[in-house]
Parts: sequence; C-alpha cells; structure tokens
Amino acid sequence: MGALNAKERRMLLRIGAAAVLLVLAWRLPPVGPAFLLYLLPYAVIGWDVLYDAGRNIVRGQVFDENFLMALATIGAFFTGKYAEAVFVMLFYQVGELFQDYAVGKSRRSIAALMDIRPDVANLAGPDGTVTAVDPEDVAVGDTIVVKPGERVPLDGLVLEGRSTLDTAALTGESAPREIQPGDTVLSGCINQRGLLRLRVTKPFSESTVARILDLVENASEKKSRSEQFITRFARYYTPCVVLAALALFAVPSLLLLLPAPPAFLAGTVWSQWLHRALVFLVISCPCALVISVPLSFFGGIGGASRCGILVKGSNYLEALAHADTVVFDKTGTLTRGIFAVTAVHPAQGISEAQLLEYAALTEQWSDHPISQSLRAACPAALDPARVTEVEEIAGHGVTARVDGHTVAVGNSRLMERMGVNALPCELPGTLVHVTVDGFYAGHIVISDLPKDDARAAIASLRTQGVRRIVMLTGDTDAVAAHTAAQLGVDEYRAELLPGDKVEATEALLAEAAGKLAFVGDGINDAPVLSRADVGIAMGAMGADAAIEAADIVLMDDHPSKIAVAISIARRTMTIVRQNIIFALGVKALVLLLGALGYAGMWAAVFADVGVAVIAILNAMRALQVPKQ
Amino acid sequence: MKKRFSMENLDCANCAAKMEAAISKLDGVHSCTISFMTQKLTLEAEEDRFDEILEKAEAACKRVDRDCRILR
Repeated sequence: MGALNAKERRMLLRIGAAAVLLVLAWRLPPVGPAFLLYLLPYAVIGWDVLYDAGRNIVRGQVFDENFLMALATIGAFFTGKYAEAVFVMLFYQVGELFQDYAVGKSRRSIAALMDIRPDVANLAGPDGTVTAVDPEDVAVGDTIVVKPGERVPLDGLVLEGRSTLDTAALTGESAPREIQPGDTVLSGCINQRGLLRLRVTKPFSESTVARILDLVENASEKKSRSEQFITRFARYYTPCVVLAALALFAVPSLLLLLPAPPAFLAGTVWSQWLHRALVFLVISCPCALVISVPLSFFGGIGGASRCGILVKGSNYLEALAHADTVVFDKTGTLTRGIFAVTAVHPAQGISEAQLLEYAALTEQWSDHPISQSLRAACPAALDPARVTEVEEIAGHGVTARVDGHTVAVGNSRLMERMGVNALPCELPGTLVHVTVDGFYAGHIVISDLPKDDARAAIASLRTQGVRRIVMLTGDTDAVAAHTAAQLGVDEYRAELLPGDKVEATEALLAEAAGKLAFVGDGINDAPVLSRADVGIAMGAMGADAAIEAADIVLMDDHPSKIAVAISIARRTMTIVRQNIIFALGVKALVLLLGALGYAGMWAAVFADVGVAVIAILNAMRALQVPKQ
Repeated sequence: MKKRFSMENLDCANCAAKMEAAISKLDGVHSCTISFMTQKLTLEAEEDRFDEILEKAEAACKRVDRDCRILR
C-alpha cells in the first residue's frame, strides 16, 4: 500500500494484533472463560470506537456510527456470539482504514492533476541579477526569467527568447506552441527549450493559474441534485433503520411474552430477534453513499480538467449529461474568428486604399475581430491623431471624425439607421459599409473560416444523441446559411443583436425537453451564457467576462471538446447511478434477509464497509478520461 | 461576507454532511458548504458577527468530530 500516515500505520498494527488474538482465542484450548478470551482482541480493536461512542452520547449524537457499531457488537457479546462480535469490529476497522486510504489517495491524485501552482518566479532585477521569489510578490511590469523545463509562473509578454511551450496542463493537449518575442504566454505552461524573459502582465491572483485553481476549488460548493438527494437521504436513513431495529427486537419479544404467541413466531426466542436487530444497526450507516457520490463527481471534474475542460460545479456536470440541445455562437466558436478582408468595393470618387484607410482609422480602437482584420489589411501607418469623436454603437458599427470628415463604418443596420442606401454584394462574407459625410463610399468584404474540427465536433455531438444543434450569429442570413451548410448545422438564427441572442436562447430553452447548453466566447455572450442551463465558454480566445459567466470553460478553443465534456459528464452520471443503486440495493437486500434471519452480522458488515469500499473504487473510475 | 477555510482532520463524509447541516442552522449563517473532497468550509454569514459565528461553527464541528479544526 505504501504512504500510510502514522495514524493509519498504528491502526494497521492494531488490526494485526487483534486478528492474531482472535485466532488464538478461537483455536487454542480454552484457558479461561471464552468471554474473557474474546474480550481481549475486542478491546484491542474496538476501544476507540467505544470511547467515541460514549463521548458522543454525552453530547447527544445518538445516531453516530461509532455508537451504532458499539451497540451492535456489545449486543452480540451479550447474546454469546463472541467471535462474531470481534470479527465485525475487526472488519469494520479494516474497512474504515481502507476507506481513509482510498479517499485520501484519490483526493491526492486529483489534486496532483491540478498541481499547476508555481512555487517560485525568477525575478530579474535592473542590475541583471536574478532572484527566486514567491510568484505572489511579483508586480505587474516586472521582468521574470523562465528557464527551459520550468513552469511559467505568471502571465506575461515575451521580451526576449524563442521557445516552444507545453500547454498540456492548461489545455490537455500536448501539441507544443511556438512562441517568440511579442507573444503572450499564460502561466501554467511549461517552457520546453530556450530561456525566456517575460514582462509580467497580471498579478498572480489574476493569472491564468490562480483563476483555474480557484475555479476548480470552488467547484465542490455547487452540489448536484444527486448529491443533495444523498445527503438528505442519509439524514433520514440512519434514524429509520435504528427505529426499525428497535421494532424488530421489541415487537416479537413482547409478543413472545403472551400466553399464546402468534404462529409466525413459533420456534423463535427473544435473543434471536435481538440478534437480528443488531444486524440492522450494523447496516444503518449511510457512509458508502455519502462518500461515493461526491467522490464520483469530484473524479469527473478532475478528469475533465485534465482535458482542459474546467467545470465550475457538479451540478453543471449533471446538467451537461442531460443536454439534448446545443446552441453555438458562430464567430470564434465554430469559426476561427480571424477575419480577413477578401474584397474592397469602393463607390465612385474614392480609391480602394482610401476606403480601407478610412475604415481602419475609424475602427482603430475596437477589439472586434472585424476591426482587427481591417487594420491588418491597411498598408499605411495609422495615425491615431487623425481620429476624434469615436462612438461605438453596439450591434451596428462605429462613427468617428477622420481628417475632419464624419465617417461611419458598420453593417447594413447602421446604414438603415442613417438612411443611407447600401449596395448589396454578390460575394459571401460579412459586409462592412462605409459612409463619408453621410454619403455611401462603398463596402469591404470580410470572411471568416470555420475551425478545422468544427464539422467533426457537430457530427460527434449528433452521435452523442444531441437532438438539436442551433447556430446563432449577428451575421447576415447568407453568411449564416453558408457556414451552417459547411458544418452540417441544420438550424441557425442570423442577424441577431446581442439582446436577440438571449431571446432566441430563451425560446429554445422553452422548447428543449432536456437541458440546453450554450457555447460562446465573446463579451456579447455573457448574458446568454448565464441564461442557458449550461453555459460553455471557450477559454483561450475568450473574454474574461464570458469566463466569469460560464459554467464550463474550455481552455483551448476546439469545439470538439464539447463532445468530450458531454461524454465525461454522462460517464460520471453512470458511475453515480451505479453507486446509488448498488449501495441501496445491497443494503435493502441485507436488511430484508436480516429481518428474516438469513443474513448474519458477517453479511451486515459487508453491506456497510464492503459496499463503501467497492463504491469508492467505482467512483475512482470517473477520474479516467474516456477515449474518443 | 463569504469566506473559505481549510479544515483539518475531517475524516468522514457523513460527518462533513452533519457539520454542514448543523452550521447551516446557526443564527446569522446565510449559507454553508463543507466539501469533504477538498477539505474546505465555505461560510457565508452576517459580516459584523462573522468571527462569533465562526467560533460557533467550529464548536458545531467539534461536536461531530472532536479532532476537527477550522484553520484560519
């Protein structure tokens, strides 16, 4: 077994000693009264249970498991079943030890999965010295050095050095990422080759590592319905079984005192009923259930995080397992979100280059992917001093004064709003219309490409049994139809404003028989993410607001991870159900057989401890990630 | 106010559930969860009486398991 702590080693010794004494008492010729011979191993193995039981009664904790075990075994002693009493206590302690060990081990192995917290950061001083400090003590703007083989301790920008990064700890994918000066690196990645100098861009508490750890640690606060059910069940289970035990002993014993006892009691004596009642007491602990259900969820969440899927609570894992509708935002989720200018169609009196420059200047402060592509396509240097009075109109576009001209850049809705007649275009893609001083100046065509795995992601969702897949987009109907056909999505809603996405999702929620999952990445998605049963945000490219609002965060931006997440969720739920049914089934069976006198204390202690151990082992399977 | 604490010697899942139920019933506690898996207590309670409530919470834990401690 290895790695037992001192308390566990002591218990192992006591178990060994008690087992030897029990065998001696059983096999050796009696050298004294049997009662005393068996009392010795009983005391060795059970003294702490008796002690705790006595102390808890004083405090009014009657249904404490120590008390129940003490009562059952002392009862067995009084009915003359000495060996059985010692054995039951022995087995109980073995089971408890094993439970402690197994739970501790699985807790450690899950913690190890999340062991991405860096211990030190190498802070570079202005004089060229490098000192190892606590990552929490590094300020934004400081320079740190990351040697090959080290974990990046804080988020930062590469100042010097080229290397490849292993992002497996964050994304679950081992494909290394090439980086060079100017690139952003996230904490938690491992630097594989060269020495890197980074300028820190976020304090430790806001770094990627700290956010992931916080998220996963908080996950156990949000309990699933199954967990709540089990906790509630446990609260009633023990008192009920104890009362049943009392009735099982008292009723027949009293009836036997009658001059003519009922026929079904014929041939029984009161001590038999006492023994059956004691069997009940041994089974009355709900431990197997109470421990195995949260452990399964914990394992599922741990296994998911190993794949770069962060789940914020077991309730979301449970909801995801029941998802039958998946709604995607198009841009940045199914498509790359990297737009490129594919055509420039100026109106009369303006050149292509001028049209592009006006558009790029107007949108130069915007982070929207479309603005970025406009800037990327503009060869001339953009002087911010030429632009004033920038105003962003959400869902429409941007207006500004450029070189003294009023320029408006945006979609067809902006043109309608301004009362300008926009010209249509025969090319598929997003149209960016431009007006200068209120006159139409032409449009720019921008296209986005689907992600490589988007089509496969949709297909695997279907094989998982997701009935309905819907794509939402602010793009035009033509672009949406084109993308939907490319990806095999059969339903879409186009030309939606951010508010419309919430409404569209609400309508779909009302129609969904199971749970609805929404997948998005942008700031505009945050309200939808929180409205859906399960909000899934794509992490790597996604906005912080979306990650806050989401219930599940994908560290990378592969939509195929959604199918993985669903299969982990379903598998976890299967294990949870197996455990509940198995534990309740065995307990019910042994209770029934015990009442009828067919199951002794041996069976009862198995139904208690043995079942707990099997359920724990089963729960640990949830940690393994299903193969795709 | 909501705060998270590590717990020491929290040995059984059923005990954790009992502690959680007991603390939730304390006066001034808005919500309480104890995660056996992460050995953490999350307590949301009235701000100006928080320390007093935390004392009571620890006492409630000790009633269930004498060895259990809340680390702060």
